[in-house]
Order: sequence, then C-alpha cells, then structure tokens
Amino acid sequence: MLNINCPFCGARNESEFIHGGALKPRRSETPQELDDDAWIDYLTVPPNPIGPLEERWWHVRGCGKWFTLCRDTLTHQILQPGDDQA
Amino acid sequence: MSNQYRQPDGGLIDRSQLIEFRFNGKSYQGYRGDSLAAALLANGVCLTARSFKYHRPRGIIGAGYEEPASLVELVGDEESGNQPITRVMIRPGLSARSVNCWPSPQFDLMAVNQLFARLLPAAFYYKTFKWPHWKLYEPSIRRAAGLATAPARCLHRGHYETRHAHCDVLIAGAGPAGLLAALHAGRSGARVILADDGVEPGGSLLNQRVTVDNKSARAWIDAVVAELDALPGFTRLAEASVWAYREDNLLMINQRTPREDSIFQRGWRVRAKRVVIACGALERNLVFANNDRPGVMLASAVQAYLNRFAVRPGRRAVVFTNNSGAYAVAADLRANGIDVAAMVDSRARIDAALRDGLAGTPLFANHVIETTHGRGRVNGVTLRDNASGEKRRLDCDLVVVSGGWNPNLHLFSQARGRLEWNAEIASYSAAEAIQQCLCIGAAASHFTLSQVFADALARAQELLTALEIDAPQAGNPPQCDAEVDYAIEPLWHVAGDQRLAAKSFIDVQNDVTLADVQLAIREGFGTVEHVKRYTTAGMGIDQGKTGNLNVVGAIAGATGATPAEIGTTTFRSPYVPIEFGVLTGIREESVYLPYRHTPLTAWHKASGACIYEAGARWRRPGYYPQAGESFQQTVNRESLAVREGVGVYDGAPLGKFEIKGRDAARFLDTLYTNRFANLQRGRGRYGIMLSDDGMILDDGVSFKLADHHYLMSTSTGNADRINQHMEFFLQTHRPDWQVRITTVTTQWANATLCGPRARELAQLLAPGADLSNEALPFMAMLETEVAGIPARICRVSFTGELSFEINVWSRHFASLWERIMAAGETFGIMPIGSEANHVLRVEKGFLSLGHEVDGTADPYDLGLGWIMSDKPDYLGKRAVQIRRAGGEPRRELVGLLIEDPQRLVEESAPITPQGRREASEGFVSACVWSVVQQRSIALALLLDGRQRIGETVYIRMQDEVIRAEVTRPCFHDPDGKRLRG
Repeated sequence: MLNINCPFCGARNESEFIHGGALKPRRSETPQELDDDAWIDYLTVPPNPIGPLEERWWHVRGCGKWFTLCRDTLTHQILQPGDDQA
Repeated sequence: MSNQYRQPDGGLIDRSQLIEFRFNGKSYQGYRGDSLAAALLANGVCLTARSFKYHRPRGIIGAGYEEPASLVELVGDEESGNQPITRVMIRPGLSARSVNCWPSPQFDLMAVNQLFARLLPAAFYYKTFKWPHWKLYEPSIRRAAGLATAPARCLHRGHYETRHAHCDVLIAGAGPAGLLAALHAGRSGARVILADDGVEPGGSLLNQRVTVDNKSARAWIDAVVAELDALPGFTRLAEASVWAYREDNLLMINQRTPREDSIFQRGWRVRAKRVVIACGALERNLVFANNDRPGVMLASAVQAYLNRFAVRPGRRAVVFTNNSGAYAVAADLRANGIDVAAMVDSRARIDAALRDGLAGTPLFANHVIETTHGRGRVNGVTLRDNASGEKRRLDCDLVVVSGGWNPNLHLFSQARGRLEWNAEIASYSAAEAIQQCLCIGAAASHFTLSQVFADALARAQELLTALEIDAPQAGNPPQCDAEVDYAIEPLWHVAGDQRLAAKSFIDVQNDVTLADVQLAIREGFGTVEHVKRYTTAGMGIDQGKTGNLNVVGAIAGATGATPAEIGTTTFRSPYVPIEFGVLTGIREESVYLPYRHTPLTAWHKASGACIYEAGARWRRPGYYPQAGESFQQTVNRESLAVREGVGVYDGAPLGKFEIKGRDAARFLDTLYTNRFANLQRGRGRYGIMLSDDGMILDDGVSFKLADHHYLMSTSTGNADRINQHMEFFLQTHRPDWQVRITTVTTQWANATLCGPRARELAQLLAPGADLSNEALPFMAMLETEVAGIPARICRVSFTGELSFEINVWSRHFASLWERIMAAGETFGIMPIGSEANHVLRVEKGFLSLGHEVDGTADPYDLGLGWIMSDKPDYLGKRAVQIRRAGGEPRRELVGLLIEDPQRLVEESAPITPQGRREASEGFVSACVWSVVQQRSIALALLLDGRQRIGETVYIRMQDEVIRAEVTRPCFHDPDGKRLRG
C-alpha cells in the first residue's frame, strides 16, 4: 500500500489511485505517417526497466487528476513525488 | 497426581486461579497465566503430537511462536485449527486436541508410515506413486496429508474490525529494548504505538532470573508499563502481532484480544514515521540423530518453563550447546532442583568464567550428542568425543539444546532491508535499511542485557533527534547483573553416516531431515530457494524459525559455499499465522463491493422481478415471472409484448457523460471510428470506440446538445472504464485540448418505451409534443414534458422496434414510471428485463459486449465496415489496418439456424470442421428462442463466415455434434423499417 503524493490532494493511500502504465511519448496526431513497426512498438512495448520508471497514476477516488511520478521498480520507493505536469 | 512437575512457588502464574481444561479427551488442571504447553508439562504430559509425514512421536520443543513440533486444534465454541501448543493460553472450558494423529498421539495408527520412511524422502511424490496412474494413489495421499481439520462452522461470536492509525514511532516488541525505547520516546511527547505479541509485556525478561536496577525483572517491567500507560499520545497493544511491513512504513498488526466483547480480533493498519524493530532474537535448534524425540527442548524454552511457569520439564537433564548462552540455563536447572548430568559443548575452548560457573556439572568440551534414545520419551543420549571418536551413553529424561541465536530480522527483511552475514554471531545481521526503520537490542545483534539496554537508549535518542522532537536527557541505561559476552562456534549439524543423517531433523514441522537436504543438493537443487521448495524445509506454519539457518549451514557443508554467498530465502508476511477475517475486517461482500440500484429497485422487486447483477455491480431485473409461468414462457411473453404491442424497461444504469469544450467535437472524432463533428444539434449517432490497439472498447449513442456540448452514452458495464479511457487520453496525451467531461450516469434515469404502439403511448404521455416521425425522426432528441415531468426524449433503439427513450432526472424517475404504467395499462404494457432484451437484440443481430465482442473481433468482422470512416486518424484505426494487412482469414459474424428448430445451444459452443475434435473455426456467441421466427436462432463468429452463407456447419458439444445452417445475422426486419418508423 504505497503512500502516493497527489499534486492537488497531498499524500494519500494507494487505494485511491489507479495505475496507468509507464509514461509514453505524446500519442502522435498522424500515426498513418509512421511505419508499421514503429507504431506496433509504441502500442505494445512500453518502457520496463529494473530501477526508476516514470509512470502515470490517476487519483480516481479523489480529485480525478492524472499525474506522473517516478517509482523504483525494484525497491518500490517513489523517487519523485507527483508533479503538476500533465 | 496433578501438577507433579510444578515448583511449589515462583513463576509469573496466578496460583490463586486454578483452571480445568481438556486435552485429547482427558482432564487436567493448570493456573491462570499458563500456556497449554506449560500446563501439560506441569502435569507430566510429554508426548503431545505426531509428525506430519512419518507420524513420529513428538513433544514440545519451544515456548512461543517458534514452536515447530506440537500443533493443536481447539474444539467446541472456539473451534479452530493448527494453533501451536505454546500459543494457546488455558482458560475455563478449553478443550484441545493434537492434530494429525488418530486416535491419539500415544497410539497413532498412521505411525505405520515410519516403516516406509525410506520410500518417503523429500519430493517422493515426484518420483513414486506413478504407475499405473497417479490418480489411483491421489485420494489416499490427500487424505493423509494436512494437519488439523478445517472447522465445520463459522464463528458467530463477534466480528473482525479494522482500525487505521498514524504515529511518530511504532515499536514492534515490548522486550527490554522495546520497553526502554518506548519509555524514552514516550516521555518526549511523541506519538508512540508499542505492539507486543505476548500476553504480557517483557519479552525475554519474563523468562530469565535477572535483576534490573536491583529490582526483579518483573518489578522493572511493571514500573515501566505503568508509566507508559499513563502517557498521553501513547498506545500499547498487547497480544498484538506485527505481521507485515509494507511500503512507506505501513504496518499490519493483529490485535488478538481486544477489550470489546463484540470484536473478535482487531486488525490495525498503521502508518508510522519511524519503525523500531525490537523483535529480539530466536534460538535455533541443533541437528543430530533423533533430535525430535519428546523431551528434547530448546534451552530458551526450558528457561521459560522454569522461570516463568514454575514448571520442571524433567528430572535429569543433559545440555548440548555450541555457544555460551546455554550456561545460564544450566544454572537455572540446578537452581530448580533438576540434576544436570552433563554440559556437552561442541567447542573445544570454553571461556573460563563459564567453566567456573558450572558448579560440579560435568563438562564435555569438544563433544557432541550423536543420538537420543527412548520410546515415546527421551531416556538417554549417546555422546561422541570429537577428538577420539569415543562414545558413551548417559541417562536423562530431558535434553536441552542451543544452536545459537538469530537476530529476528523478519520484519526488517520484509521492509527490504539488506542482511549480511555476521561471523561473530554465526548468523545474519541487519545491514542498510531501505525504509525508515531500524533494529535495536537483540534484533540488532546485541546479546547481553546491558548491551541491549545501552543500544535501545542510544537508538531512541537518535530517532527523536531525526524526527526533530525535543527529548529529555537520556540518562543511563538500567543496571544489569554481570554477564559473559556471547560467543559461538557454529555447529550446523552433527557429522555422521547416512543412517544418522536420515534421522537428523532440520525442519521438525515438515519432517525434513539432513539427508533430505543433502539429497536435494545431489539432485541439482542447490540454491537456498530450491532446497526450500524441494524439501519443503521452512514451509510449515512455523516458517522454519528454528531451523532455516541450519539449512543454510547444510548447504554450506555440502557445496563448500559460505553462508554469506548462500543467503536466505525471501521473508514473507504474515510473520505469524493470522485468520482470514483479519484481512477483511468487516468488509465482506455487500460492504466491500456495494451494489448499485436504480430508483426502481423496490418496484422491480415488488413486481416479482428476478434481479441480476448486470455489470459494474448494477442490480437490474432479468425477467418478471408471473404465476404458473416457466422461464421460457416469461421471456417469450415479454419479447412478444415488444414485438407486437409496447414494452418498457429501466435503462437508468446506462453510462452517460456530458462532454463540453472548444475541442469536444474533435475529441469525439478521435474516440469514435465514425464522424461526429458534423452532427447536428438535437441529433444523435451510434458509434463504436476502439482501443488504440484496434479492439472494440464500447459502443453507444452520442447526441449533440449544443455547440461544443455533447451527451455521450456508453454501455452499463463499461462506463467506469470509458471514463478512465477518456480522462487518460485527454490529461496524458492531449493536455492542450479544451475538453471537460462530467459523469452524469446517475443524474439521469430513462424508461424506454419500445414496440409498434410505443408512439401512441408516448404521445398520450406528452400531449404537448409532436412525436411524429417527421418531427422526431430516428436518432433525434427532443426536450419536453412527459407526464408533467421535464424530460428529454431520444429515439434510439436497442430492441429493433420503434423506441422512445424518456430521460428524466433520477429523483423524478419513480413518478415517471408509475405514470407510464398507469397510462400504458390499456395498451397492455409490460415491463421487460434483460433476458427479453437479449432475445430481441439477437433477433436483430445487434452486437453485445462480451458476446460477439470478445476482444478479438473488429468492426469489419462484425459486418460494421460502414462505421469505419475515412477520417485520416482515430484511435485504433492504424492498428486495425496493420492487423488486417496480412490478409489472414478472420472470424465473421453470421447467423445460425440449428437443424432441429427446437434445439438451443450454449453460448461459446465451438464450431469445428465436420464436427471433429480439433481446433475450432468459430463459436456460438448467442442462442435464443425467437418469438418472431418461432424457432431457435443463434449468432456465431465463424471463419470466413460471410462467404459461407447457406453452408452447413457443425457445433461440437462434449458428446454430440449439432448441425446448423449459416445465414445472415438478422432474423427480423433486416431493413430496419420498424425502428425508423
């Protein structure tokens, strides 16, 4: 049960949030211009390191904000608290 | 004669309260404060169990939760299984039974297993009992396996509660270190929670003959506890096990005996700024032949029985040790009038102070015990001289063993703290912590009382400084008796031949011998995690607390690796067994996952509806049976009402979202496969949403209410998922777009009138509105009053008939429904449930999530290619293109007419080539009795289905093959004239 820092609400229990996967680059406006392999990679191969990972969390049982935080996938420590950037 | 092994005075029991209890059907007496183990030992009961696999006679080895040998089940009101005999406190009416033996531990029929011991080594079930077939032996082996039987009924006395708490400092363990640290922290005014597993606080101090500050240990404990309990901001939990250490300093504590009668056990979830692990140290066993015979006990346990419970565990003892700690126990034995026949120390050089303290007890330095003797109880041991190999036999009825002490690092390790091998104590010590915690006292590898006190005080001081809390001066730690520093030479097991190794128990609870560990290593399972799983060492209820380090030592001996290289297995919660109720608290089904109800649930129930759960915990009526009807008759009646007259259903749970903002239209165009930007005001459109990897996510109708203002509806079950999908896309990938989404699912409720007479009835209810097909065509919306209630009427149809979806605010819904039913009486209106809805949509071939939309079908497969617009981009477009680019055959939506028109087939029945037992080429997605066709009809996904219209296909059931004809997937009004009318 992580203690997650929502940028608006402060430190809340993990049960108030939904995990949204690793942070990916902005979804292209024109995927039709990318080649097949690039698009398949974007959809199906997210970052998956042993160590710090930037990921998206949603404060669904709170303010409804999606935010990014950096979590170490080995130790589970949250290395950077949630920021205000989308 | 009762309590013949009880000392006439001394101990911490309450001799004024004599308690009667039963064990294996016999009556005994003990005193308040006795554990079941202590009371039985006081009555001379030695054989209390039979072992798990071999059914060897077993007794009591420990005094606390480390006890590996004797488990009991409680019978009667407190029915429960697998309690260590040392953890049950006696009380009036207690009745306990040994597990895993029948009819009694004294005479156990399953003891025959011992004769087959050589056929039952570790992992025997991978190698034997295979011919002719494992299933022949499985039932007998399953019956023989396991320990206690599960209780037959649920406890109805009280409930489980969960409490959440925060504190500055959580201290796990109220032994000398924990108490002193608590005192110092508590005096500073910090918020402190002190949790201790024991019935009374004091930890190891309760078991030893020591003085603290020139008082008895008990007096010191009482004084400290009295001061602590009076401090504001201080919480003390007794009989409370800290069983898990989770992320961000969240600790789980199980309070086993809360004061309140109505609460059975209380689970605490505590977030602490700092955690102090004062869990002490655990003594480990020694490994030698027949070390599991009743009468062989851990030195620390013997000390507890002597000093705390005033019980003599025997008359004549031999002490066997590899460390200095056992000498104090020998002194306690002598002080209690027990003859110590020998002190057997495996070390060659012994500290002079220890030798001087032996007072006449013969010392056998550089000796080991090779084996014990006796039936049902120890009656002697064979010693062996390490130097000469000479053996001798000594008589005794108690063997006191000490293999050394392990700092209790379970919680520290759960918190991902690093462990490192400490050669000085021949055990693992705590190295760097990752979470905000620290170990103190024996848990921090300090093994004399003065070191423990000094460490606890110093660490508490540092902690308060780190928390920036002003603390009073620490002062000096309490005064202790003179002690000899701890010294040990590891003895992982007594060397011997295979015959002796096969009787040397490393994990007493799971009957794992030294020979088993050596076998695992010979077979290539040499890492510590493999040895654990191959032999099951450490996998019992005691989690190998007294034996795991000996496993590491055995691996070291066999492979030549050092303990530092071998490491430990992963420490997992719970630290001690806990009941399932502790995890759930009062969160059982209806509280944990509450149902969602429409405003009409009461009306549906009163009308006799059979209520289903219809996705996302919504309760919806399945059908409304009338007296004398079968299920099929009810569904037929409701379906016919819609096809021929008018029906009404409660559509309130439908997902609804208001979408506003400058970029709302662009947003819908990105979400849906078809165009929405060109939608007119007051009009709606059916759309399909794909996930970006090309799978159908949801379908529904969205309306344009005004410029930059839309109302989206989704399926009931998916509403929450689509909300997440939309918010994720906007906030993560398009933060520059101006779109706001408001969930209005429960703000609006709708009653949908459907059937050829729906317009008539709707017009009756809304006389002021023009509901003709010209004024309100299919997919149009109108704001008006219905039955005097402000409403939106939408012409959408999920049944394929003329439909008017009347939306009102939820608080008006019950009134609307009543007025509809009243006005509709002359029309013969019927309420319809989800079963009839299902029949109606199957007849039309409309898709349903979870049936045709199974996560592999795209809109082209379902015959909805027209909905895939030529917009340059929308979510999922590229992925569908990529997936279809290979030109592989796809499963396509078709209808099926079963050869036997009366026959219904289960959903998901596979269709195979010629009905052979081979990979399917499709499956039946829905099959119902059609009221318009008066025969059974089905929908299916079939490979290349659209090219096979008219073909015969074969549905492969378990024991039969059913033939069906492939048709178009629509059995009623294929041109949609009725719903557009």
